[in-house]
Amino acid sequence: MPSLTVHAGGLTLRNPVMLAAGILGTTGASLRRAALAGAGGVVTKSLGSVPRDGHPGPTIVQVDCGLLNAMGLPNPSYKKFQEEIDIARTGGVPVVASIFGSSAEEFAGIARGLDADAFELNLSCPHAEKYGSELGRYPDLVEAVTGAVKAAANAPVWVKLTPNTADIVELGQAAQRGGADAVVAINTLKAMAIDIETGYPILGNRFGGLSGPAIKPVAVRSVYDLALRLDIPVIGVGGVTSWEDAVEMIMAGACAVQVGTALQKGYGIFEEISLGLARYLERKSMTFEDIRGMAGRHY
Amino acid sequence: MRPIDSIIQEVRSEAPLVRTFWLDKQLDPAPGQYVMVWIRGVDEVPMSFSSPDTITVQSVGSATQALFNLGAGSSIGLRGPFGNGFVLRGKNILLVGGGVGTAPLAFLGEQARGAGIKVTSLVGFCSSQDIIFQDRFEALGGLIITTDDGSVGIKGHVAEGLKEFDLAEFSQIYLCGPEVMMWDIISRTREHAGKIQACISRYFKCATGVCGSCCLDPEGVRVCVEGPVFMADRLIESEFGRYKRGPDGRKGQCRG
Repeated sequence: MPSLTVHAGGLTLRNPVMLAAGILGTTGASLRRAALAGAGGVVTKSLGSVPRDGHPGPTIVQVDCGLLNAMGLPNPSYKKFQEEIDIARTGGVPVVASIFGSSAEEFAGIARGLDADAFELNLSCPHAEKYGSELGRYPDLVEAVTGAVKAAANAPVWVKLTPNTADIVELGQAAQRGGADAVVAINTLKAMAIDIETGYPILGNRFGGLSGPAIKPVAVRSVYDLALRLDIPVIGVGGVTSWEDAVEMIMAGACAVQVGTALQKGYGIFEEISLGLARYLERKSMTFEDIRGMAGRHY
Repeated sequence: MRPIDSIIQEVRSEAPLVRTFWLDKQLDPAPGQYVMVWIRGVDEVPMSFSSPDTITVQSVGSATQALFNLGAGSSIGLRGPFGNGFVLRGKNILLVGGGVGTAPLAFLGEQARGAGIKVTSLVGFCSSQDIIFQDRFEALGGLIITTDDGSVGIKGHVAEGLKEFDLAEFSQIYLCGPEVMMWDIISRTREHAGKIQACISRYFKCATGVCGSCCLDPEGVRVCVEGPVFMADRLIESEFGRYKRGPDGRKGQCRG
C-alpha cells in the first residue's frame, strides 16, 4: 500500500483523514475512540474561556443531503479541557484544539492556557452571537486574531474559514498575513428550516449551519481557490463522506481532509476513507502528492 | 429526520409531578427506546416510551414544565424512536424500577407477557403518592413495592426489595430509574451483571451520534445511538454511577 503519511500545517499525520471540529469532540474518550478507529488526527469541540450550555433544542435537523445544526458552542471552558486533551492524546495521533473567542486577546489567552498539538481558530461558526463568523467575515479581524494567537501559542495555528462571505480567498489571505500555518475550509453554511405545521423555525436558535453532502461542492470550490492563491496549506472539510469525496478534495488542493457529518455512519468511516484512498493511489500508481492540487494544474 | 407533528390525544396525571401523554402517531418504538420531544419555542428533550403511543414525564425543568402546560389537542414535534431498546431474553424476567424510570419497564413487561414470558416486578418510589403504574405491574405478575418512607410496601430504597428474590432464577433483569438507584442495584448484584440490562440517561443534544455530549467514559460510547440500554457489566467499568456531564460538558454528580 502507498504511504498516506502527510505533512499538514506543521503536523505530520499518519493519514490525511481527520475528525472535524464539533463532532464527537466533547470528551477525551470520544476523541481517542476516533483516533483508535483510524483518524489521522482529531480536532476538539470548540473551547471558549467560560463554560457554555449552548442553544436550546432542537439543535439538529436532518435535511435533504445534509445536517443543519445550531449547537451554540457548548463547552466546559478551556480550563476544564486539558485533562480531556491529555486523554485524547493517548489515541496516538495529533490533537488539535479548536478555540473561539470574541477578541484577539481572548483567543490568545486560551491558546496560552492550553497544551495541544495545534490550534484551530474557529472564526467561522455561523450561529453564535459575538463569535465565529461574526469576527471571521472581516479580513482585518482574521489577521489580528491569527497574529495574536501565533504570538501566544507554541504550536501550529490553523484558521477555519467561513464560506458565508463573498470572497473566502480574501479571508484566507488575511489568515496567511497573520502567520497561520494552514487554513481549514469550510465551516457550515448559514441556513435554516421551518416547521410547516406551525411556522416555527425548527432550530432552537432559529438558524444554524448546514453540513454534509449538500455543501461538498461549495467546499471543493473553496479549497480549489484557496489552494491556488495561498502559499500555506489548505485542509479540506465539508461533506466528505467517502474516499471518492476525499480524493476530490485532495485534487482541489487539500493536504488533508476532515470528516464530520459522515460520523453519523459510525467510527468506521475513517478506515473506510483511508483504505479507499490507499487503494485508489495504488490502482493509479500515484502518490498523494501526485494527486494533490491536480485540478489546479489542468488549466 | 425533521420533527413529526403530533397532536396530544389525552393527558393523565399519574402522580403529583408525573403525567402521561397520549400521542396520535404510531412510531412503533421498542421498550427502552426514546423520542426527542420538541416543545416549540422552548426546547427539545428525550423521553422514554411508557407504551407504544405514550410518554410518561416527570416535571424537572423548563421544558417538562412547558410540556405540562399543554393539554389534549396541543401539538408537539417528535423525532424518533431512537436508541437500541431492551432485548427480551429467556422465559422468566425481573423488572427493577425506580420512580418515573418504571415507565419503560411497564411497557417492556406488557410486551414480555404478550410473548408468554413470566414477569416479576420490583419498583420503588419516594412515598405512596409517587407510585405510578401499580395496576399495570400487578397485572404482569408478582410485584414488590418499596417506598423510602415506608408508606407502602417495604420501607427503604429499591435495593431493600432485592432480598425477596433469588436473582439466579431470572433469565434476565431489566433496570431503569435514577442513576444512584441503578448504581446501588448493580453494585450489589455484580455477579449477575452479565444478565442485567440497564436503561440509562445522559445529556442528549443531537440524538444522532455526532455531537458527543452523551459520550460515556472511558470508551467514548455514544449513549444516544449505542444505548440507552447497556448490559450492566459494561457499565461497571464506566463513569456510570460516578459522574455525568451536563449541557456544557462539565462533569457533575450523578444524582437523579
